[in-house]
Amino acid sequence: MVGMWFALGWGVLAAQPAVQVDTSQVQGPRQLEEQTKSAAIRGYLKAWQSMSEAFVQNRSDILNADFVGAAKDKLADTINEQTKFGFQTRYQDRSHHIQFVFYSPEGLSIELIDQVEYDVQVIDHGKPISTVPVSARYIVVLTPSEVQWRVRIMQADSERVVERDSSKRQQAS
Amino acid sequence: MKALPTLIVGGLLLAVIHAAHAQGDALKLPKSIEAGSEFAIENAGGGEATLYIVGPSQVMKRNLKAGEAAHFPAKSLYNAGHYVVILAQASGTKTGSFDVTPASAPDKLSFLANPSRLPIGVRRGISGAAYVFDAYGNLMTAPKQVAFELSSPSGAVQKDNVITNFGRAWTQMDSTSQQGPSKFVARVGDVTSERIIRQVPGDPCTLKMTAQQAGQQLALQTEPVRDCSGNAVPDGTIITFTETYVGGQSTVDVPLKRDIAEVKMPIHSGARFSVASGVVLGNQIGWDK
Repeated sequence: MVGMWFALGWGVLAAQPAVQVDTSQVQGPRQLEEQTKSAAIRGYLKAWQSMSEAFVQNRSDILNADFVGAAKDKLADTINEQTKFGFQTRYQDRSHHIQFVFYSPEGLSIELIDQVEYDVQVIDHGKPISTVPVSARYIVVLTPSEVQWRVRIMQADSERVVERDSSKRQQAS
Repeated sequence: MKALPTLIVGGLLLAVIHAAHAQGDALKLPKSIEAGSEFAIENAGGGEATLYIVGPSQVMKRNLKAGEAAHFPAKSLYNAGHYVVILAQASGTKTGSFDVTPASAPDKLSFLANPSRLPIGVRRGISGAAYVFDAYGNLMTAPKQVAFELSSPSGAVQKDNVITNFGRAWTQMDSTSQQGPSKFVARVGDVTSERIIRQVPGDPCTLKMTAQQAGQQLALQTEPVRDCSGNAVPDGTIITFTETYVGGQSTVDVPLKRDIAEVKMPIHSGARFSVASGVVLGNQIGWDK
C-alpha cells in the first residue's frame, strides 16, 4: 500500500487529492515493477488534472497528452456538448483509492479500479448552478505511449457506485 | 408527491424519473438505466426549471416548464457511467444521480495477441487479452464468458474459456509443434476477433555434416537442418563451420540455404572441422592431408 499526494492546478493550487494505492490484487503473469506502477499512477492522476482543466475551460485539446482512443473521444464529445449548451463543469477529485487489478501479459495494458471521491460543479454562462459530491468506482485501462501511460478507458463501474447523501452537501446558488 | 414508475407512450414502456421534492431537496431517480434506453425526467416542482444531466462521458441540458417531463428517446444517453442530475429552479436547486449501465449484448472485442511470431514448442508463449464492449463502446463490466481458441496448421486446437473480470479476460497458450500460421480467436457470444500467430521452426535440433575433398580444399556440407519437431529451419539461419589446426583456427559463418549450409575450407595437416548453430553443436571431422 502506498500513500501519496498530488497537486492539482486550475490556474491556482487547488486542494490536493489523497491517494492510496493497492497492488495486492493485480492479476496476470507479468510482474508489475515499482517503476511501472509509479508511472501508471502518475499518468492516471495527471489525466484527472487534464480532464478537470479541459472541462472547466471547454477545451478538448487539453486531453491529448493524457487520453487516447475511446476515452479521449468520449470526453472530447462531452466537451463539445457542453460548449453547445453553454455551460462548463468543474471536476475536483478529493481522494483516490487505486487498486491495480490487471497487467496484461504483453505489457500493453494496465487495468485499475479507482474508488474516487470528487465534486462536480456546473457553471452555466458563468453562473455556478450547483456542486454535487460524488463517490464512484471507476474502471480505468491505461496503455503505454511514447513517454507515459495514457488513459484508454475510463468508465464509472455502475454496479459498484457507492452513493452518498448528496443533499447534505449540495450547493444552491 | 409520489413518483410515477412507468408511463406508456406510443406503445413503448418509458421509464419516468419524477423530479419532485420527494425526499428533502434530493431528486427521486432510478438507481440505473441501460445504455441507449428511453427515459424521461419530470419537473414535478413548481415553476420553470433547467435540467442538467452531467457525466464525464456525456452531458444534457433541457429547459422545462412546470409539470413538464423531459423525454429522452432511445440512444440519447448511451455512454455508461455515473451521472449527476441537477434541476435548477428559481426556488432552489435539487440534485440526484443515477447510473447508466452498459447494454446487455456484447458487440465488440478488443483483442491483444502477442507475439505475432514465435518459435514452435514454447510453453505459454502466446498470450491474449480481450476487453468486451457493447454497441456504444462501453466496457461490459458484468461477467461474460470469452472463448479463446488457438488453431494450429495441423488442425489441433487449444481452448480456454475465461470469465471476464471488470470487462477483461486473458489467457496464455503454448505454441504448437508445427510451423506455419495459427489462428488465435477470441469469441464472446456472436462476436469474434481473430489474430494470426506465425509459428516458426525452433533452433536446430541436431547438426550433421559430411566432408569431401575438392583439390586443396575440403567441401563441407550439412544434412538438411531440422528443429526437434522435424520442421525445416528457416533459410538464413547462421551455421558456423570451424577448422582447428596446429597453430590456428578458421571460422566461417554461412547462412542456411534450402535447408543446407555448405562451405569450402583449406586443408591443414591434422585439422579438425566442427559445425555449430547457436548453442547446438554438430559432429566433428578430422582430416589429414
